[in-house]
Amino acid sequence: MSTKRQFLKLGVALSLGLAAFGLTGVAEAWEPKKPIQFVIMAGKGGGADKMARLLQSVVEKNKWSSKPLSPINKPGGSGAEALVHLKNAKDPDHTIMVTLNSFYTTPMRQPKLGVDITKFTPVARMAEDTFLLWVNKDSGITNVDQFVAAAKKAGNNWIMAGTGKLQEDQLLTDFLNAAYGLNMKYIPYKGGGKVAKQLAGNHANSTVNNPSEQEGFYAAGTTVALAGFTDNRLEMFPDAPTFKELGKDFVYYMQRSVVGAPGMSADAAAYYKALFAKVFKSPEWAKYRKKKSLQGDLLQGDALMAYWKKERAIHRAMLKKMGAL
Amino acid sequence: MEILGHLLDGFLVAFEPLNLLLVVIGVAVGLFIGAMPGLGSVNGVAILLPMTFLVPPTSAVIFLAAIYYGAMYGGAISSIMLGIPGASTAVATTFDGRPMALKGLADKALIAAALASFFGGTISILLFTGFAPALAHVALDFGDPEIFALMLLAFATFVGLGGDDIPKTIFSICIGLVFSSVGMDIISGEPRLVFFDIIGFMHGINFLVLAIGIYGIGEMMWTIEVTRGNPKMSEAVVTVERTVSALRELLSTWKTALMGSVLGFFVGILPAAGATPGSLMAYGVAKMTSRKPEEFGKGEVAGVVAPEAANNAASTGAMLPMLTLGIPGSPTTAILLGGMVIWGLTPGPRLFLDETEFVWGLTASLYAANLFAVVINICFIPVFLWMLKMPFTVLAPIIFVLCLVGGYAPTQDMHDIWLMLGFGVGGYLLRKLDYPLAPAVLAIVLGPIAEPALRQSLMISNGDFSIFVTRPISGPITIIAIILIFLPVFQFIRKRSKKNAEAGSI
Repeated sequence: MSTKRQFLKLGVALSLGLAAFGLTGVAEAWEPKKPIQFVIMAGKGGGADKMARLLQSVVEKNKWSSKPLSPINKPGGSGAEALVHLKNAKDPDHTIMVTLNSFYTTPMRQPKLGVDITKFTPVARMAEDTFLLWVNKDSGITNVDQFVAAAKKAGNNWIMAGTGKLQEDQLLTDFLNAAYGLNMKYIPYKGGGKVAKQLAGNHANSTVNNPSEQEGFYAAGTTVALAGFTDNRLEMFPDAPTFKELGKDFVYYMQRSVVGAPGMSADAAAYYKALFAKVFKSPEWAKYRKKKSLQGDLLQGDALMAYWKKERAIHRAMLKKMGAL
Repeated sequence: MEILGHLLDGFLVAFEPLNLLLVVIGVAVGLFIGAMPGLGSVNGVAILLPMTFLVPPTSAVIFLAAIYYGAMYGGAISSIMLGIPGASTAVATTFDGRPMALKGLADKALIAAALASFFGGTISILLFTGFAPALAHVALDFGDPEIFALMLLAFATFVGLGGDDIPKTIFSICIGLVFSSVGMDIISGEPRLVFFDIIGFMHGINFLVLAIGIYGIGEMMWTIEVTRGNPKMSEAVVTVERTVSALRELLSTWKTALMGSVLGFFVGILPAAGATPGSLMAYGVAKMTSRKPEEFGKGEVAGVVAPEAANNAASTGAMLPMLTLGIPGSPTTAILLGGMVIWGLTPGPRLFLDETEFVWGLTASLYAANLFAVVINICFIPVFLWMLKMPFTVLAPIIFVLCLVGGYAPTQDMHDIWLMLGFGVGGYLLRKLDYPLAPAVLAIVLGPIAEPALRQSLMISNGDFSIFVTRPISGPITIIAIILIFLPVFQFIRKRSKKNAEAGSI
């Protein structure tokens, strides 16, 4: 009984002390007051989902947040549901989201949503994912020249499998068709994993998967990476040149960023920026980046907003060229 | 040998403390749900599926498989004690189980049901272990046309073997298909059927919302109406002497049990057939081959043993096409399939290559679940008997709360709760009008697999439908599916012409 009372006294003293501390005012000490809703703009099991859950586990393992991140998947409408959820967030200080390139394209394609991404709060760009051109080993193709020759010969019967309609993979397919005078047929699938399997089973002739989506089949020797849509060769695929090296000036990345709800207070934004900067520097994240061939430095605040505006303009131009806007 | 190695690894997974605990809890919960009149494995799995998002996928499926198994055991309890089948799978058990209970042999019937279930379960898991990897080896050969052909086969078996009212079955499938197409269309990249621009429809209609609505809320309303809140019980005495003499008599029925197990397993594999036809067929065969068929229906032990062995064997059999081909063999496995998709696992030929830990962990846990189910069942017979006396007016609200929590958990969206209540009422009304509802649930699970596969195939073939019949794997499957769809139509025409002929002769 007495120990309980002492404990109580201690608690009261502590909370009084804390209150005093708060009054004397260190302004930066914003802390979440309840669990943080961690919206994932993609379905369960995909690359974006796995990454988001890794971020969450790094935060929780190191106890960097006094309140838990509670992940929730909102894949509906190519991220439309997630964007609207953030836009209408009742408590913007406790609502953040992991996002990808549909962050730019979905509001463009679905103007009815009324989403303006410049109103969102830039927290951190954690990485940029890369794309490569893949074929099945059975095709005997080992470089881009052979690929172009084979695809030209097959014409419209050359099947390029990719994720979604008018999303990243189709933009890249469109680029290849234009750059090499090809007429590949693009077939959309629901996720990168499904796309990778189409190639491994010889149901598609080529794909433009992320390394993380093909890594299993690549390790087993089933699929071959021909070239990368990156600035420099990837460490994991030293034999695959970049399209830049091959004389086509085209690079394309997928952002892996954390964004806060519109209307988030400056204090809360500062808190999340500091939190994800810590995650970025953690050994767990470094290991994940290396394993999945992720590129791109940490971008935060205004720099991230500038990056979004630049990327949005690029995507608008690409979609316009394809007649999708 | 390779299989044994995998299975051993599987046992290590199944005997992790968390998984073992889930097996025990799952079996106990399943037994109880199965024992409740009107609620069966489908209801149990549908209502509790959302709880599994808290644990890793392997543990989740182990838990659900344990519920499935437990419910199969439990179904017999209310069949025997109340004369109301706990689930459709236990209908055949009432034929002789109820008369035995009325003769004062309820304890014997319950023990017979438990041991027959154990026997059926064991045989079927052995068959499962042997057959699954072979089927899984077709792995990567399945492209879009093959997948669509399989889906067509699944729908066809529902229409063909359903046996009920065929137009109503097709109507039910169509409702499910329409619901399954709500949300984002992956091929065109456009949202569709977003009713009244309500943002909640953007993520489509989760099959779970439909399943809980129909099997949780709708079924509960149905049961309340049918039983008026108090089903009738019969008394039972359980003593050691009676148990021993019951066991001795059971030994002589091993042939019936074996027949029921093998038959149940293979019927269970048939897509959409599931445990109900399996157990009915086993009862029929047991009666045909018996030396005293006239005793059936009056309280013959073999009449309890055969369907109980078969329905447990069928529940294992039904898992095989679900895991290896992505086709659920029963409504319960359709819900498990939906769950696997939510957990991020892709059922189908690749599962055995990509997710060995999951597959063999599940297989091993089936052995464990079977063992625990028989032990818990026999030990708890008196407890279940007592619990069955609890008024339904107490149980119904508990189930209702579980349904609401379950519907909210996956998306945390109130939109889904309203939708679920709507489906509950709609499902109840459709049931009153004698519409089969399992096809709708099947369609909402399979629709999102079948539709893109159809459209992707047609894109590949430039719109030529012959792609489904000219390929070596999809060809035969498509043809079988088409025959199955038209079979009932032929029968219908034949019956008609027969009737006309009779009418003419008069």
